[in-house]
Amino acid sequence: MSGGLIVIISFLYLAILFGLAFWGEKRAGKQKSLVNNPYVYSLSLAVYCTAWTYFGSVGRAYSGGIDFLTIYMGPTFMMPLWYIVMRKMIRICKVQRITSLADFISSRYDKSVGLGTLVTIFCVIGILPYIALQIKALDFGIQILQADSMSGFTITTSASILSDNAFYLALVLGFFTIIYGARKADVTERHEGMVTAIAFESILKLFAFLLVGIFVCWFAFDSPKAIFSLAAEQEALSKLFVFDGSSHYLEWLGISLLAAFALVLLPRQFQVSVVENVNEQHIEKAIWLFPAYLLLINLFVIPIAFGGYLLFQNQVVDPDTFVLAIPLLFENNWIAIIAYLGGFAAATSMIIVSTIALSTMISNQIIMPTLLNRPALLARLGNDLTKALLYMRRSSILVILILAYLYYRFAGQDISLINFGLISFVAVAQFAPAVFGGMYWKNASKRGAAAGIWAGFITWMLLLVLPSLPIIKEMSLIQRLPELLAFYEGPQSNILIAFFWSMFFNVTCYIYFSFSVKQSSRERNQAEVFVDINKYARVFEQSIMWKGLAYVKDIESILAKFMGEVKAKKQLKKYAAQQGKTIQSDERADAQLVNHAESLLAGAIGSASARIMMSSVVKEEEISINEVLDILKESQQIMSMNRELQDKSDELKRLSDRLWEVNEQLRLNDHLKDEFISTVTHEMRTPITAIKAFGEILLDNKELEDDERNQFLSVIVKEAVRMSRLINQVLDIERFDSGKQKLECTSCSIQEIINEAIASLEQLINDKKIVLVKDIQQQIPPIYADKDRILQVMINLISNAIKFVEEGSGKIIISAYYIDGDIKVNVIDNGKGINEEQPELLFDKFYQAQNQNTKKPEGSGLGLAITKKIIDHHGGKIWFDKGLKQGVKISFLIPSERKYRRKGAMDASEGVVAKD
Amino acid sequence: MKVLVVDDEPSILMSLEFLMRKNNYEVFIARDGKEAIEILNAEQPQVIVLDIMMPEVDGYEVCEYIRKTEALSKMGVIFLSAKSKESDLEKAFQLGADRYISKPFATKNLLVQIQELIEEKELRAI
Repeated sequence: MSGGLIVIISFLYLAILFGLAFWGEKRAGKQKSLVNNPYVYSLSLAVYCTAWTYFGSVGRAYSGGIDFLTIYMGPTFMMPLWYIVMRKMIRICKVQRITSLADFISSRYDKSVGLGTLVTIFCVIGILPYIALQIKALDFGIQILQADSMSGFTITTSASILSDNAFYLALVLGFFTIIYGARKADVTERHEGMVTAIAFESILKLFAFLLVGIFVCWFAFDSPKAIFSLAAEQEALSKLFVFDGSSHYLEWLGISLLAAFALVLLPRQFQVSVVENVNEQHIEKAIWLFPAYLLLINLFVIPIAFGGYLLFQNQVVDPDTFVLAIPLLFENNWIAIIAYLGGFAAATSMIIVSTIALSTMISNQIIMPTLLNRPALLARLGNDLTKALLYMRRSSILVILILAYLYYRFAGQDISLINFGLISFVAVAQFAPAVFGGMYWKNASKRGAAAGIWAGFITWMLLLVLPSLPIIKEMSLIQRLPELLAFYEGPQSNILIAFFWSMFFNVTCYIYFSFSVKQSSRERNQAEVFVDINKYARVFEQSIMWKGLAYVKDIESILAKFMGEVKAKKQLKKYAAQQGKTIQSDERADAQLVNHAESLLAGAIGSASARIMMSSVVKEEEISINEVLDILKESQQIMSMNRELQDKSDELKRLSDRLWEVNEQLRLNDHLKDEFISTVTHEMRTPITAIKAFGEILLDNKELEDDERNQFLSVIVKEAVRMSRLINQVLDIERFDSGKQKLECTSCSIQEIINEAIASLEQLINDKKIVLVKDIQQQIPPIYADKDRILQVMINLISNAIKFVEEGSGKIIISAYYIDGDIKVNVIDNGKGINEEQPELLFDKFYQAQNQNTKKPEGSGLGLAITKKIIDHHGGKIWFDKGLKQGVKISFLIPSERKYRRKGAMDASEGVVAKD
Repeated sequence: MKVLVVDDEPSILMSLEFLMRKNNYEVFIARDGKEAIEILNAEQPQVIVLDIMMPEVDGYEVCEYIRKTEALSKMGVIFLSAKSKESDLEKAFQLGADRYISKPFATKNLLVQIQELIEEKELRAI
């Protein structure tokens, strides 16, 4: 076949790819997404099957029988687990707007720039040869098609780059990747056109491989059965029929595990399965569709391998070329071309996706943080960084491809197709502890992750990369290292031994440093979000702990820098609508907005860069452990809300009970007040009745004798006095009750007061022929009191006694003496006594009101109430002596002046004020 | 015509005594319920002017006694009280009072009521 035709076909195919991608993008723009279904998602996962597997599986089957299946069995067996891990991973990435594997690791471990850079560099080192391998496959396919069977399908390298078809194909692929993989700044926006193209390529490679398989089985040979029976006759092949478990089981297990890791951790896999995922429910279908795909594409590997062996028995033909060589042997050019395109598709899809993934990592994890740390450089790029960002990404795509091509040109000639795939697998497997540990182990720390990755990569370099390099001397220590560490012999022993030891050192360092170095609170916070993503998925922005000061306009300008002004405004508007609040640009941004902006930014420039960027406008304060505890406490408080509500309602009930009590008391008081008023008014009726009656009598009887007239007039005067006394008493009580009553205290002698009281009552005493005994202590100390009030008390008590005693036989004893700082006064009579169980009730101003029976007590009853109030206000005490057989003994204590003075200047200066 | 006036307030009692005397009634005075009952039994007056609130035996008890005692049952009972609530009046009439006058009272009204009551009683007796 002519080389020109093949190249034209290749470019035509690429044109179709462009068309498909364009269509996919257009559909996405019209909201009729092609990729939003599980079938496209599953097909895009098949980017896993590269040219290496497309051509190389046959080669491996040729030499190692069904051993080639290990790299497919791992992913297949791991699917159920993959489902669980992947779902969580997708959730984390959607919430955190993670753009790549490096971003994932960096984001999990404190948004560390260093870790992101480390992972990116190791990814590039690990994957670049792998991409080179695919470029080799492009060239390889073209050469096989050009060669004829007689030459044994040998491959040569063209003399100059410019005459190398692979170079031009790589360039076209670069452009495709730039157009469909780096068109927008926000990497989290999916590349629907690209995914459409990848899915198509997956269909094509499956179709092509099946076609070749069918061709070999039913056209080259009679049937698969014929191939197997012919092969069974060959001694060299018979050993391939046997699955020698005893020697290889370890290898099966190891390679399967390695492949399972690779399915998640290869940058291109992460890209299609996580970043490009539209709906996490697509995983559910993918867990059986993808293994089904793997099964189908491997269905004819053994027949093709055996067929090739049988057909090229007498020639030296590389078994890796069988897929193309067999159709060519039968001169079936169409099938050969389709087979070639299948391999071409496998290679291009891998190149495209890997390049996108790596360029995102390079631009977001290395270039961007470096740029952001150099403000001068950043300033020169102007305000709109979206263009700069895109150019960065685009140029990194080209750089990667050129590097890969150069690698292929100068180092890739000797490497076998299958081997470098597995070496890459081991390289990316070094991220497994950091990624999976980070998703399930909160204590995993930044230091642990970095140490683990370093240890793993150094081991990987020492055991897999360095020994095979030409510059390493034969039998030097480095070359012999894999042998020294070997613990078994097998076809893939070098891979497995390197895998084992690298993982061993990696995991050990990871765990050791995670335990020995404490996480910062911010790091811990990220860890919490990753591990408990389901808890945070919805409330993510609220739960993130952030403290600081920022203004909306600063945030807006940052977003505009990386997303373009229009889009930044749109995003903020959308956010405001979601949150149901308005965002003014001169306002202070709240923590939620800052977090939201950071995650938006992370979508464009990666989380570590976004963190750097945000901290340039946000005056962030380090969150102390105490604050973290506070936030935890807050959530605890919400938890205990119910309990507190209970407490509150109990408290409320207590309060309402108390209120009821107080109200009851008030009601009672109100009632008593009414009764009091009615008692008082009733009491007033008596003098008024007398005054009115005599007034009328005097009016109606002008002829009255002078004596009689004078008698009646004196009754009127007497009743008027009684009336005014009653009014004064009521006013007194009111004044004491309301606290308006002020005492005008002076130093005074109780003896004088008693004498004065007796003098004013002398008439009554003499009228009733009462014997009055006065027994007052000599030199009795003075009291400090309102003299008029104490006089009122004495008059009250003595006149009560006068009322109670019988005329003629009455006896009243008044005694006074000093006792324990107080002056005690007793008034004793020999009257009829008080018929009362609780005589102290008599001091109650409401007593009469409460016991308003028809048995009318002596006097108004207010006198005693006032007396008690006066004594109380002087800081004294008054009481009845119980248990007297006859008469009444009433006593009171009033502090002596000295005691009163000692009580302190405060009371003295203010005067004694009512307390109740 | 014999009238008994009962009140524990000396001034009021004095005014009532004067009024009765002035209008040619044969007047008896009592300072409390106990004293009143003694006089009632001794003198059997046609009318009693009765205060309610008194020590020991109150006006209600006196009225009750009068209505229970056959010899006194035709006596005219006039309450003269500072109590003026509806319930007090009700109780008084239940116990068999003929008139109820509130304090402070108009002297002329009291005399009219006494005169009316005497005439009523005489009319009934015929």
